[in-house]
Amino acid sequence: MSFISNLINGISLGSVYAIIALGYTMVYGIAKMLNFAHGDVIMVGAYISYCASAYLGFPPALSVVLAMLVCTVLGVGIEAFAYKPLRRAGSLAVLITAIGVSYLLQNIALLIWGSNPKAFKSLVTFSSISLFEGKLIITAESIVTVIACVIIMVALTAFTKKSKMGKAMRAVSEDKDAAELMGINVNVTISLTFAIGSALAAIAGVLLCSAYPTLQPTTGSMPGIKAFTAAVFGGIGSIPGAMVGGILLGIIEIFSKSYISTALSDAIVFSVLIIVLLVKPTGILGKKITEKV
Amino acid sequence: MKKFTKIASLALTAAIAVTSLAGCGTGKNTGDSGSGDAKTIKIGGIGPITGAAAIYGQAVKNGAEIALEEINAKGDLKFELKFEDDENDAEKAVNAYNNLKDWGMKISMGAVTTQPCIAVSTESNSDGIFAMTPSASSPDVVKDKDLMFQMCFTDPNQGIASAKYIKEQNLGEKIAVIYNNSDVYSTGIYQKFMAEAENDGLNVVCVKTFTDDSANDFTSQLNEIKSAGADLVFLPIYYTPASLILTQAKKMQYEPKFFGVDGMDGILTLEGFDKSLAEDVMLLTPFTADAQDDATKSFVEKYNNKFKETPNQFAADGYDVVNAIYEACVKAGVTADMTAEEIGTKLAETLTSDDFKFDGITGNGMFWSQSGEVSKDPKGMVIKNGVYVGM
Amino acid sequence: MNKTKKLSKFTLTNIECYGMIIVAFAVLFPMLKMNMLSNKISGLLIPICAYIVMAISLNLTVGFLGELSLGHAGFMSVGAFSGVITVACMPNAAPTPIKLLVAIIIGGIMAGFLGLIIGIPVIRLKGDYLAIVTLAFGEIIKNIINCIYIGVDKAGLHFSMKSAEALNLSGGKMILNGPQGAVGVSKISTFLSGVLLIIFALFVVLNMVNSKTGRAVTAIRDNRIAAESVGINITKYKLTAFIISAIIAGMAGALYAMNFSTIAARKFDFNTSILILVFVVLGGMGNIPGTIIATALLYTLPEMLRQFSDYRMLIYAVVLILVMLATNSQRVMILKDKILGSLSKKNAYESSGEGEVSNG
Repeated sequence: MSFISNLINGISLGSVYAIIALGYTMVYGIAKMLNFAHGDVIMVGAYISYCASAYLGFPPALSVVLAMLVCTVLGVGIEAFAYKPLRRAGSLAVLITAIGVSYLLQNIALLIWGSNPKAFKSLVTFSSISLFEGKLIITAESIVTVIACVIIMVALTAFTKKSKMGKAMRAVSEDKDAAELMGINVNVTISLTFAIGSALAAIAGVLLCSAYPTLQPTTGSMPGIKAFTAAVFGGIGSIPGAMVGGILLGIIEIFSKSYISTALSDAIVFSVLIIVLLVKPTGILGKKITEKV
Repeated sequence: MKKFTKIASLALTAAIAVTSLAGCGTGKNTGDSGSGDAKTIKIGGIGPITGAAAIYGQAVKNGAEIALEEINAKGDLKFELKFEDDENDAEKAVNAYNNLKDWGMKISMGAVTTQPCIAVSTESNSDGIFAMTPSASSPDVVKDKDLMFQMCFTDPNQGIASAKYIKEQNLGEKIAVIYNNSDVYSTGIYQKFMAEAENDGLNVVCVKTFTDDSANDFTSQLNEIKSAGADLVFLPIYYTPASLILTQAKKMQYEPKFFGVDGMDGILTLEGFDKSLAEDVMLLTPFTADAQDDATKSFVEKYNNKFKETPNQFAADGYDVVNAIYEACVKAGVTADMTAEEIGTKLAETLTSDDFKFDGITGNGMFWSQSGEVSKDPKGMVIKNGVYVGM
Repeated sequence: MNKTKKLSKFTLTNIECYGMIIVAFAVLFPMLKMNMLSNKISGLLIPICAYIVMAISLNLTVGFLGELSLGHAGFMSVGAFSGVITVACMPNAAPTPIKLLVAIIIGGIMAGFLGLIIGIPVIRLKGDYLAIVTLAFGEIIKNIINCIYIGVDKAGLHFSMKSAEALNLSGGKMILNGPQGAVGVSKISTFLSGVLLIIFALFVVLNMVNSKTGRAVTAIRDNRIAAESVGINITKYKLTAFIISAIIAGMAGALYAMNFSTIAARKFDFNTSILILVFVVLGGMGNIPGTIIATALLYTLPEMLRQFSDYRMLIYAVVLILVMLATNSQRVMILKDKILGSLSKKNAYESSGEGEVSNG
């Protein structure tokens, strides 16, 4: 029974990683940049939702919508001010700028909300499910997180496959210049990607803090790094890959804690990642890179 | 392009030269900066003001500021406080310390967190500067340092006291421990607790760890502790992860007794925290914000007015350090025109003398041994209806 | 004609690098000895030296090899702890410079050995996948060192991954105490030794870059397939560069550790790796003099901002973003060329031409 319970916890933790990883993967697919500030957008989303429900008395759903709005504006703003001028510069320059943005968001949050952690009130209001006379308990947060993760993944896949904007996104990700020649507005497409990624970050923030309810300015950084690993794990740039990578990472983390060693769990997670990348150098569902000579 | 780089690098080199020259300018000044404002004694504090540990540094800083205001209002000695950020990093702490020395610091408050404090206290001790840390609790902080003192208990003391307390009060049959094995404070308490638990014949059935990087999900640890059948869980950790453990245990419908140490203080003032989760949690702590003595009440009120927050134990430690330094200064007859070395010897002598006792808000009748460790009694507390009650 | 021009460029870089270090040393060292520097500046000297060596080492991987490494602090960590253990095991009577030298050498060797172990799998990967694996190795090293307990007594070294008690030390002393790291490290690093290490690192890297190996490495960076087709053994050269980079980083780690009385694994995390990467990117990829200046400036910046207290790191972040935008943005580049152009038309012509070549 403890095996199933660990599995469920792993999937639940993994689903949070997966939603964050989707944000990484979308931005990477289009803009070819590692957006290290993504983890901190999550933190901002969680704070906004917290403030809306704790101070302004918004109902849960509305506070999430507000958080998504703020994060979308924030994400598009960051892209316009910090990343757009560097579009033709090397990928490292953008990476460092993203790190700068990450420091900036953390320190602004520190000034606004202070260093005292806040206990996030779970926005999931129904209660846990208890099976087999209480031997197996599935928390409401796990259920909501997993469902949200699946819905988001399906919706995103459909969006990129079917809609016109989605097709434009895929075109830009294949070849920016060719897409521009075909009449696609590359700037708008990239902004839209950031908008979607940041809105997802807000949802991820709310779900992360509902399941693990402490909120402080550094809340987003470690889940951010782990989700980034998950995105690479699954094959960066691939939407189902992010989901697979996230959930696997969550399961491996919980299992290594339960069955091997809690002290070395991070080392184990990262070792598995390395082994996977050595066997499949572009991640589990990653596209094979064909080299042009 | 090339030329621009050249010009830029020349400009930058010039900038370095200027900053270092400016630096040596201040260097010369600090040699006799004490005479600049002879009325005040300069106290330097170091702690994390930014970064993940910012809460501890800011609390100490705030607590110390309140003590300073009170002392300066009395008027016999004037103190001046400068508090520098170290981001909970030994390297930055030493930089901050050097900065404070340039400023003309006469007395040091060490550093707030353990690792930085070990680095800083080595420096301050060899410079002959007296230092008292509010909260760096490892024995290594004061080891072999004549001028270094602690306001908090050392970690081993807490571990031993906790094990003894659990044994004496017969609190649990099967005991489990969750500690942070990437944290010095937590590991220090855990190790001594285990040694003492073995001596006392406590039945420790399960020990689980976590790290700062994986301090979100405790379900697997709790699952195992639950299946080991523990009825008391000892948590030698800070209150932020502790609040997560309480929440997740509740969701799993696992309700053992929880026993914490001084790091647990603050859990009730955590914004948004459901206090009912902490019902019946026990902890050993030297300070509680809702104690009814006059000193604590007045401190909490002032703190609330000034910072709009309830002080935690770190704030109380910061407050007590400045007050203890003040009382020792008065007793030793320290004046602002003495050098840091003179003050250092005098304060260390006074603090370790038999007739020096200090009453603060983290304990009464505190005294210091030659080693620099403080002697005071931890209070056993239990949370009932959202407030601390003495056990 | 072309050859002499190349050669003179190489000598020029050499003169620039060594000259800068020697001039800085010649100015700062006497001032340090005569106590003319403020405590703040003199306290920063050794860490700056260590970070400059780190940045030079990372520039070899990122700038010349063209592979992004996000776990360079891991090598620094291994070098630091091997150095600390070495010094703790040496007899007290040994003269300090010898102790430091041995510690730095052992630190370098251990990090180099690790570089070999990590390098063999890592070198096969490309781009961001390689970056993420180095990140993973950095985190693994941090996690494992956090769990290591080492003590020394008359019977020799004791090692455990459980707890300090499990070492069963009879007397003796703890060297490495799990998460607490090493305490009571002998502070034997000096500014002189730091400068010597920088010169050593410069010597190794600059000569390597201009050797056959170096040309092979840059050829691989610029066009891997072309390099392979002319018979360059890619794995061998990449691995060589990677290991040399690791050795130098390990040496920097040993120097760094001996400057503080305590050192913990937590210090060498992802953020430290990133910090060094920032130095390299701002200094310029493959640009050693630029790296040295960027390191010295960026490292002192947060210290110079102390007067802003709470806003310090906020300002640091803003400065970082603005500097990146100013040095890499197209619009700023054009503006820059215009300004320079008005200063001297001919030069602007040349410079814009050169800029295009290096971009392409």
